[in-house]
Amino acid sequence: MSKNFGGLRAVDNVSFEVQSGEIFGLIGPNGSGKTTIFNLINHYYPVSSGRIFFGGKDITRRKTHQICSLGIGRTFQVVKPLKRMTVLDNVIASAFLRHRSVSLARGAAEEVLDFCGLTSYRTYLARSLPIASRKRLEIARALATQPKLLLLDETAAGLNPSELDEAIGLIKQIRESGITVIIVEHIMKVIMTISDRIHAINHGQTIAEGSPGEVARDKKVIEAYLGEESHA
Amino acid sequence: MEVFWQTLVAGVLKGGLYALIGIGMTLIMGVMGIINLAHGQLMMVAMYLTYVCFHYLGLDPYLVLIISMPGLFLLGVVIQKYLLNPLLKVESLLPENQVLMTVGIGMVLTEVMRFIFTSNYLSVKTGYSDATFFIGGVSFSVALCIAFFFAALLTAAMFWFLIKTDLGRSIRAVAQDVEAASLMGVNAERIRTMTLGLGAALVAAAGTLLLPVYYLFPDIGGPFTRKAFVITILGGLGSTVGAIFGGITLGLAEAFGATYIGMDFEDMVGLVIFILVLLFLPGGFKRLTKV
Amino acid sequence: MIKPRLNHLIVLLLLILFPLVVKDAYYRHLMILVLMWVTIGSGWNIIAGYTGQVSFGDACFFGVGAYTAGLFAHKLGLSAWWGLALGGFTALAIAFPFGWICFRLRGAYFALATLALNEVFRHMATIWESLTEGMVGILILQTFVSKVPYYYIALALAVASLLTIELVVHSRLGYYFVSIREDQDAAESIGINTHYYKMVSLSFAAFLTGMAGSLYMNYMGFIDPEVVFSLHDISIMAILVGIVGGVGTIYGPAVGAFVMVAVQEVFRTAGFGALRALTRASGWSFMELVTKYVSESHVFTFGVLVVVVILVMPNGLVGDWPKIKRAFGLGRSRG
Repeated sequence: MSKNFGGLRAVDNVSFEVQSGEIFGLIGPNGSGKTTIFNLINHYYPVSSGRIFFGGKDITRRKTHQICSLGIGRTFQVVKPLKRMTVLDNVIASAFLRHRSVSLARGAAEEVLDFCGLTSYRTYLARSLPIASRKRLEIARALATQPKLLLLDETAAGLNPSELDEAIGLIKQIRESGITVIIVEHIMKVIMTISDRIHAINHGQTIAEGSPGEVARDKKVIEAYLGEESHA
Repeated sequence: MEVFWQTLVAGVLKGGLYALIGIGMTLIMGVMGIINLAHGQLMMVAMYLTYVCFHYLGLDPYLVLIISMPGLFLLGVVIQKYLLNPLLKVESLLPENQVLMTVGIGMVLTEVMRFIFTSNYLSVKTGYSDATFFIGGVSFSVALCIAFFFAALLTAAMFWFLIKTDLGRSIRAVAQDVEAASLMGVNAERIRTMTLGLGAALVAAAGTLLLPVYYLFPDIGGPFTRKAFVITILGGLGSTVGAIFGGITLGLAEAFGATYIGMDFEDMVGLVIFILVLLFLPGGFKRLTKV
Repeated sequence: MIKPRLNHLIVLLLLILFPLVVKDAYYRHLMILVLMWVTIGSGWNIIAGYTGQVSFGDACFFGVGAYTAGLFAHKLGLSAWWGLALGGFTALAIAFPFGWICFRLRGAYFALATLALNEVFRHMATIWESLTEGMVGILILQTFVSKVPYYYIALALAVASLLTIELVVHSRLGYYFVSIREDQDAAESIGINTHYYKMVSLSFAAFLTGMAGSLYMNYMGFIDPEVVFSLHDISIMAILVGIVGGVGTIYGPAVGAFVMVAVQEVFRTAGFGALRALTRASGWSFMELVTKYVSESHVFTFGVLVVVVILVMPNGLVGDWPKIKRAFGLGRSRG
């Protein structure tokens, strides 16, 4: 799969290609435009210029829900649970994309909940969940649409160390199940540990790309993070 | 051609009053994010108050401004404090509860007034109600001119207030970002209460000023509420400058509609504009001028 | 698919037997109104309670349905019952431009737009005299003298609405509607075409409300723009029925319809004549005044009801039932 896009002032001519099956990291300090890039891929905002390709198809002009059905799922940085629905219902709603009947959708949803370790929460209202579980719910919901590519937006923010390890484990499992992942983070530890390749941006522009080791040593990247945490 | 200028003048003068109505509403919308569907009804209450002062106290309507504005300010404060602020804490399926609440309030106000004054059409006739003067063959209604003058004065005062005073700045802060403002020590609840009071006071002024050249009955609130949000949408939500443009535009549109199409269409004009704006210019004038 | 529950069947049975037991035309009339409002309230509930798009303009659909029926009789000389069959469909046709205009807005602005459209329809119906006879209204001969057939049609309509909601809520549609209500952006990103499904939801509402409108035309025999496109008597009443009963619940509108019609009548008739009787019994002239004002104040009461319900019972009688039970000391206390 390859993606080229650029344009919006928040994102200035950023271009990258993601290979099928890899975990691709997108890092940058707060406000550098990472979430905006996701919003462009997802067509939450339209691009000002540039194009986005997915599996050979140009999806630049497609609507958000179409992009989802084409196989791109995403989570939101500030999680958006369907609050007054149960955890199970949240995922069922998602599963309907691929399964027409209620019983099939439910079955698929239960499987996804199991995969994400949320089964014990299934009858809880989404809004009663603690933050770490809400983030998992975001992921579960995206997974139920059977994506080929998953966009994870700051999944690690707000988690304590043990929750963080669980999250990393889950992401690895996702990759093992054959889904490509683009992960946006600004906490170095997470992204360095799991990414195959990393693309660093600052102020909406590309500053580095390569393996985690290469990027961590890149002068411009270190500069950008001066004043922020740097767990290289 | 004379008809054209006549219509233009009438439109602009009325527009000045409309601007007053619009500013009140847009302030409320900007600060509280709610659409006050009782706005016209507040104006109606002020008009009845003016009527009473005129007929029983013999006060000239322009003097009544001193009574009606604070009076409605108080009413607004009470409404916000006891009926609207509590809603922010109530957990419900529908976020539009506040709007619905204002509908309920509007209904109650209308019926209370009807109870006291019956449904009869009332009016206030002063010495200058029908007076006009002429400039170059175009007649100007004295009452409307004075009203326009006061409206302009109040608008200017409003601007000064918003820009120069602490309270005004707090209001603008809350309108922009409630959380940030709270963090800086602004009591958002109090600001909201003040704002509804202010909005009510402004629309009260409009009512008082309008009464000499208009008529009054309990159901007059509805059409004015509609006009208020047409103006607000036209001007852009939360934009006081926009409200001025919106007010004058509506005044002109109604005047031209009435003259060239027919009296029936006055109300329709506003509605049609509303829908057109919603469709084609969702940000209102504000979007065009970035004010 | 639908599990009939015992108490529902009992209520249904009671409703079916009602006209056979109660012969008084007045009470039959009230029940017909209740059933009509169940239908309208259910329609509103689908678009507002379940999909979260609070419409202030359902009178548009009601009026269109009513005029369809009326015009069939008045202009085409056909039976107004054709209107009943087609009223839903004309309302549906209106739903498309209605939705197209209003759905591009969210929240309170959507509400405003629906309100504006309501008023536009009302004005148009008044002005477009060649089509609608304007303020003169449309008068038709009623097919039946007895109220009973109308009652059963209204009942059928009401039952159909409730069944529809029951089916929809537990289906894919229902999940999609609620997802849109909870978080429209999240819904889009899990593949829901929100624009399309909002339209579907509105279509249900429009169809049901339009049918109710046609029924009204057939039953009452007379309509005019002020009556059928009324903001307060139709659109806001629909909202009240929904809110008082309970938005987002299946049977909320049914309960709400019953309560609202009852309240309306209690006030209009001053306690079904009880106050009048009290006046006569006590001989106090003060009571006469009270009676008079009570009977004229039903709009005032509606206003107060809106205020109170929103403050105290925002989820309606059905939604807030546990809260209400606790308030009356009937519920189990939560430790």
